[in-house]
Amino acid sequence: MNGIHDMGGMHGLGPIERENDEPVFHRPWEGRVFALNLAARTGKGNLDHSRYGIELLPAADYLRMSYYEKWLARLEGNLVRLGLATEDEIASGKSAPGAPRSTPALTTAMVPVTLGRGRPARRDVAVAPRFQVNQQVRARNIHPTGHTRLPRYARGKVGSIARDHGVFVFPDSNSRFEGEKPQHVYSVRFAARELWGEQASPRDAVYIDMWDDYLERV
Amino acid sequence: MVCPTEELYGLVFVTQTNKNRAHAHEHQAVPSDPALRVKALESLLVEKGLVDPAALDALIDTYEHKVGPRNGARVVARAWVDPAYKRRLLTNASAAIAELGFSGMQGEDMVVLENGPKVHNLVVCTLCSCYPWPVLGLPPVWYKSAPYRSRSVIDPRGVLREFGLELAEDVEVRVWDSTAELRYLVLPERPAGSEKMTEEELAALVTRDSMIGVAKVTLAGGQA
Repeated sequence: MNGIHDMGGMHGLGPIERENDEPVFHRPWEGRVFALNLAARTGKGNLDHSRYGIELLPAADYLRMSYYEKWLARLEGNLVRLGLATEDEIASGKSAPGAPRSTPALTTAMVPVTLGRGRPARRDVAVAPRFQVNQQVRARNIHPTGHTRLPRYARGKVGSIARDHGVFVFPDSNSRFEGEKPQHVYSVRFAARELWGEQASPRDAVYIDMWDDYLERV
Repeated sequence: MVCPTEELYGLVFVTQTNKNRAHAHEHQAVPSDPALRVKALESLLVEKGLVDPAALDALIDTYEHKVGPRNGARVVARAWVDPAYKRRLLTNASAAIAELGFSGMQGEDMVVLENGPKVHNLVVCTLCSCYPWPVLGLPPVWYKSAPYRSRSVIDPRGVLREFGLELAEDVEVRVWDSTAELRYLVLPERPAGSEKMTEEELAALVTRDSMIGVAKVTLAGGQA
């Protein structure tokens, strides 16, 4: 979706503010909400659906909220969207009478195992690449209303395939539970001037990871 | 302005009663206390069997105390002293990083980018906050912030200047936008004058910011 989260190339968002000796979490609740997002069993939920939950926040809220406030709102929203909790339950913090209990929760013993395994999005399936390294490609000029990882600033621009990373889950379909649609992901090199015009340095470039479905032949 | 019912406020606001809606308007900058909402959410998920609170403690402990940029610094220092390791790191980063015991969540598929005298790499995630957790820990606030995410791709030299790094015109700046599930780690240049240092001494010089690409490594080291 053409949301506020797709920030590449925007002006007017202020100076970069750095903090010395920054703690990992500024408040105990931030650590709690981070861990809840990682630990909560969300049934059919997946990483792409989860990310889309943040993109669905109203733009003004997205800009106003702190990072972990967004994680909190995302988890609340996704639990409701996935049918795992109702808005009333989230408001009260109490499970409705008769609501089912779920599968066993992530245990302490399983935390290192789960973190060590990660959630790989790479798929070991034979899918032919549509493009080769050094080939010229154009990022498609598409504006899906759902989740996509094709940033607006690259759409319609011409670049070249710098690397073929292999086969990965396709977020656009996976976020909608319409299948993983595994396909090649490439690092595509775009000259800074192709993206931003004469103001950019003639030497510089932006490398963007792109799935086959985001690209077309030039 | 201090709200006399601050403790109740977060909980009652989300029940969306009219009374508290009116109250909420006085606090639009902070519509409800997140600490209370998180507490309510945790007890709900525990009751539903979706979460074990002890596992939350373990997750928090992991990212507060066990995983952080010291991991990445060890990778960088090893690459500086061991040319064969560096070759493996640049060709199959995930496996080379796993040799040192770092792998997993948000670092499943790693790519390492080598900085040099004529090429400077810089990593961003314009769409969210993608970051290589196993080697750098969780990202600092500035990395996840709108100013960094928006400007890194359109004005990387200006962003680097804000970090105190002025690059010559003949240096090629490569910005890597982490839009997929690859996670990027910058291998900074080894500083001149460090030739006699041990691997451990070198690791101590390597900062988080140098592995994101917003700083160089110096003999003075650095805070971040």
